Amino acid sequence: MNDAPLLALHGLKVHFKTDDGMVRAVDGVDLTVNRAETVCVVGESGCGKTVTAMTILKLIAMPPGRIVAGEIRFEGRDLVPLPPAEMQKIRSKEIGFVFQEPMTSLNPVYTVGQQIAETVRQHEGLSRRAAMDRAAEMLRLVNIPNPQRRVNDYPHQFSGGMRQRVMIAMALSCNPKLLIADEPTTALDVTIQAQILELLNEMKQRLGMAVLLITHAMGVVAETAQRVVVMYAGKVVEEATVEALFADPRHPYTQGLIRSIPRIDLAATTHTRLEAIPGTVPSLLNPPIGCRFAARCRHAMPDCVAAEPPLREVTPGHKVACILYPEVHA
Amino acid sequence: MTNYVVRRLLIAIPSLLGISLILFTVLALAPGDPFEELATNPAIPPDVRAALRASLGLDDPVWTRYFSWLTAMLRGDWGYSFVSRVNVDQLILARLPTTLAIIGASQILALAIALPVGVMAATRPYSIFDQVANTLAFIGFSLPTFFTGLLLILLFSITLDWLPFVYRADLSSTGWTWLWEQVRQSIMPVAVLGLFQGAAWTRFVRSAVLDVIRLDHVTTARAKGLPEGSVTLRHIVRNALIPVVTLVALQMPTVFGGAIVTEQIFRIPGIGSLLISAILANDTPVIMAVTFVFAILVVFFNLLADVIYGWLDPRISYS
Repeated sequence: MNDAPLLALHGLKVHFKTDDGMVRAVDGVDLTVNRAETVCVVGESGCGKTVTAMTILKLIAMPPGRIVAGEIRFEGRDLVPLPPAEMQKIRSKEIGFVFQEPMTSLNPVYTVGQQIAETVRQHEGLSRRAAMDRAAEMLRLVNIPNPQRRVNDYPHQFSGGMRQRVMIAMALSCNPKLLIADEPTTALDVTIQAQILELLNEMKQRLGMAVLLITHAMGVVAETAQRVVVMYAGKVVEEATVEALFADPRHPYTQGLIRSIPRIDLAATTHTRLEAIPGTVPSLLNPPIGCRFAARCRHAMPDCVAAEPPLREVTPGHKVACILYPEVHA
Repeated sequence: MTNYVVRRLLIAIPSLLGISLILFTVLALAPGDPFEELATNPAIPPDVRAALRASLGLDDPVWTRYFSWLTAMLRGDWGYSFVSRVNVDQLILARLPTTLAIIGASQILALAIALPVGVMAATRPYSIFDQVANTLAFIGFSLPTFFTGLLLILLFSITLDWLPFVYRADLSSTGWTWLWEQVRQSIMPVAVLGLFQGAAWTRFVRSAVLDVIRLDHVTTARAKGLPEGSVTLRHIVRNALIPVVTLVALQMPTVFGGAIVTEQIFRIPGIGSLLISAILANDTPVIMAVTFVFAILVVFFNLLADVIYGWLDPRISYS
């Protein structure tokens, strides 16, 4: 086993051309995922986390989207210049993808078995029958009761949570080295959310793949991640292990995010009001010079808007893009 | 499924009865007399004409005439043409193959154009191909068939003298020569009808494909690592076909109607020209029979559209 990261994004910039101008959805993102590691990307809606995830498999619409700069290194190989035919061999075979909306992510006119089998046949050249057997086996793996019968059911015969299980079964059917899950629990209700997260953890234990989990829920992060990357307005603002992030959040935005997690005990007993981060996310059409969070930051000082703070390591393994913290080894 | 079809066929009976009643009443209210010609013929005295009318029941009240038509119809007697003095069912059966051949060929041509062009245009939205296809489609369905028909006749029959402009059902030749003549005389009517219909369907296919192309499951298909061709055929076109097939089936009766004009221009001895000449001659039994056949076609294709819809879309169930 080599020590090089499984996936490494370097200075990734993805811009979208719109009628109003260029939207800089992802503006210089660095991110690594090691083998068998779970990394969470958190941030509020529109911070570029989904675009980052989709770009790894080049699933964003191009045009209007474009990878302006940066590298996507998977097992050392840069995916950005890869031709479509090579990219197809990576998708599902090397990197599985689970989408946010289980209700619409499956094709309504094919049975779930056909849809899982299609993936297996594409990458492993199995016979129709063998692929269907694999599909049933995958359904059993994700704890769908009666898998032999359920393979012949259509997506509309499954509930939302069950469909997400099918999506996970499909994404894992070719035994990928990395699973990217883009807000896999956002569209589900709370009890089902817990089940799906548990399933993801269980699959990771069994199959040993790395997981890149995109989410906006800090609860999900605490539950699953080993390492966390916090994104704000198309940039990474903080990166740390999950323990370090919750124990000692450095970036004022991360601090705000953690303070804004609803706490059921406090809300019921002391009637404390939930703290929110004031202001709104800046426009990505014309991002402000300097720190993008400055306008909403309680620690903002004149230097913040002068230049963009780089992402620096402040304690070993803990990186922050904020001028409040000096770098450890300059 | 069988239950559903039987139920739909049973529901069709009252609606066909209603249609026939309305048709009959409208025809009875329309001015004109099938014996107009005889009135100007000095050899036939007025009392003979009156006796003739009475013997055919033309002087009876509308209700009586409708019920006698209906009972005859139910017994399989479609009536008797006043003008050509032939049984109406024979008249229709003689004309039907020509109409079916021309319409069938033109619909195949229309689909052969609309499906590939519509899909290609939608998968490359706003490209040069899309814009050219859109412009041509717009021109295609903006030009009425009577105009393009005359234009083609002017160009290929009169100026260039390549193709005949009168369609003959009674070609004297046999074997390959017959086939060749048949093809030559069919090209223009089939092209006129097919291009017109194809243009309209191209736009429909394009918009149906565009509706599917942005759905989440298409991104899923790409994430599965399928080649772009499979994504397009299996996950875009297959789903987009659901509304297209329904529309094609629903439009079939309209196409028979549209063929009336084309048949008239190219003098094709089909059902449409039979209807036109019957209307001009006040030949009520023929008008009644042909329009009733159209009504049956409408009911039948509606049912067919529903059945195909349920077959293509597993979310629809008729149980």
